[in-house]
Amino acid sequence: MNFLDFEKPIQELIEELEKVKKSGEKTKVDVSKTVSEIETKIAEARKDIYGKLTAWQRVQVSRHPDRPYSLAYIDYITNGSFMELHGDRTVKDDKAIVGGFGEVNGKTMMFIGHQKGINTKMRQLRNFGMANPEGYRKALRLMKLAEKFNKPIVTLIDTPGAFPGIEAEERGQGEAIARNLFEMAKLKVPVICIIIGEGASGGALGIGIGDKVLMLEYTWYSVISPESCSSILWRSWEHKEKAAEALKLTPNDMFGNKLIDGIVPEPLGGAHVNQQEIFETVKQTILKHIGELSKLPTAELIKQRIDKFCAMGVVNEG
Amino acid sequence: MSWFKRIKDGITTSTKEKKETPEGLWYKCPSCKKITPAEDHAKIAWVCPNCNYHERIGSHEYFHLLFDGDNFTELFSNITAGDPLKFVDTKKYADRLVESQKKSELKDAIRCAHGQVGGYDLTVACMDFGFIGGSMGSVVGEKISRAIDYAIEQKTPFMIISKSGGARMMEAAFSLMQMAKTSAKLTLLADAGLPYISYLTDPTTGGVTASYAMLGDLNVSEPEALIGFAGPRVVKETIKKDLPKGFQTAEFVLEHGFLDKIIDRKELKPKMTQLLGFFKH
Ligand SMILES: [Zn+2]
Repeated sequence: MNFLDFEKPIQELIEELEKVKKSGEKTKVDVSKTVSEIETKIAEARKDIYGKLTAWQRVQVSRHPDRPYSLAYIDYITNGSFMELHGDRTVKDDKAIVGGFGEVNGKTMMFIGHQKGINTKMRQLRNFGMANPEGYRKALRLMKLAEKFNKPIVTLIDTPGAFPGIEAEERGQGEAIARNLFEMAKLKVPVICIIIGEGASGGALGIGIGDKVLMLEYTWYSVISPESCSSILWRSWEHKEKAAEALKLTPNDMFGNKLIDGIVPEPLGGAHVNQQEIFETVKQTILKHIGELSKLPTAELIKQRIDKFCAMGVVNEG
Repeated sequence: MSWFKRIKDGITTSTKEKKETPEGLWYKCPSCKKITPAEDHAKIAWVCPNCNYHERIGSHEYFHLLFDGDNFTELFSNITAGDPLKFVDTKKYADRLVESQKKSELKDAIRCAHGQVGGYDLTVACMDFGFIGGSMGSVVGEKISRAIDYAIEQKTPFMIISKSGGARMMEAAFSLMQMAKTSAKLTLLADAGLPYISYLTDPTTGGVTASYAMLGDLNVSEPEALIGFAGPRVVKETIKKDLPKGFQTAEFVLEHGFLDKIIDRKELKPKMTQLLGFFKH
């Protein structure tokens, strides 16, 4: 288990708990009372710390090393039936975005998600969840496939941004993202987009145009990361906390500003503390929304989606 | 994202100053250093007669170059930025807006107009780099959105002249969602069967490239314009190598297949007239 700096009190209690349990096993003394006392304390500490997270701490939780990534969600939600499909049919298979069919309660759905690596080797292979144009084009190819056979689409968003490399520019990173925004706006099937970790900029939005755009409780979504924002506006990396506040990137802020459609609650202490629980919550959320959206006539579905995005923004007039 | 440096470099000369050039003033080309009488420079579309360097110009100049007899109706000119996030960095966004409005004599980073180009009706949205680096906030998104509605109502082709460092960070996620908003709106223009011509000028980067600038039925650009998603500085920092020569220039982007054509600004009006004719007849 890994702990963030502000989780220290939780870490100490968990270490204490392990010690008590071990000594209980060794000495065969009944420690259940102490164990339950410490467990209560852990729950209280979690409630206390997670009840007053700052914007920057939320960003840290969204990047927690133990946090589950897209494939873990998809495997659970499809009960292992997920079949990954590869390639953009043009250049290559981008490992930073995964996609494929899976079955959920007897219904086929298309799943697409940014994928971060689970260890050092995989992090490199997955390019830290930063897709090249091929990733966005693969995503679009799979979405069009789903549309053709009338299957709903679920996208899971978790990226520090689209990859800013030479090849990415040569192969039209801007065009690839733009094309996805345009095509996703008029997909004839329900689209649910869920931010499960980091939602950074165009790289996130590139698979983020949906009928329901939802954020898990401890995630962030904005035009830029707090670190980059700090370096540009304050000309130093040191103002990331201030930048995180200023960007209003938390789910509550985003929902209040009508830029997302809902917030999915996480287990106390974050998704990684109880993965089964968050997987099940996300599964039920997907089923509920797809059930409702499937009742809408196609033209109405598309109209509502386009109208929703077109209403975003605040201007003065007069 | 590189507009700070450029503002410091003094590229934000007020458009009025440039346009109403008093006799006897001179233009010094930043590329070849050749000096040209400012009046002559304005007459050749603010392009250097020696090296063809395209000076950055604003919506006033583009409208002047495009519309027949300088006749056009400006649209939605009363829309200005809100400050929904009450954003403060080293300065208040609200103050930044007022300063920019004063300095640039513009209300925000885009102006829209309807007029005739070579006898063909055209609705144009033109970005102004002189206003906070041509950054895309809610005003840019809303005015493009309304200009598309207008083009659909009036059944005119549509053109966007892009010139932008990308997102307006002080509007954070509101700025990001303008990419979604403008792209979604463009699907309605496409459904109406109306042509959309995207003219990319120096610079076109970030969220603007990753939305409407790359979505034209035709993507055309000015010569040597910087066009990219990530800014060159960011790419360089990422790969920790020097960038290849000509990286992210219009010519590079054309060569890689993302532009239909490069159109010299001096040829903008006749070429646009020809293109509008292709769609019409
Ligand atoms: Zn010159």
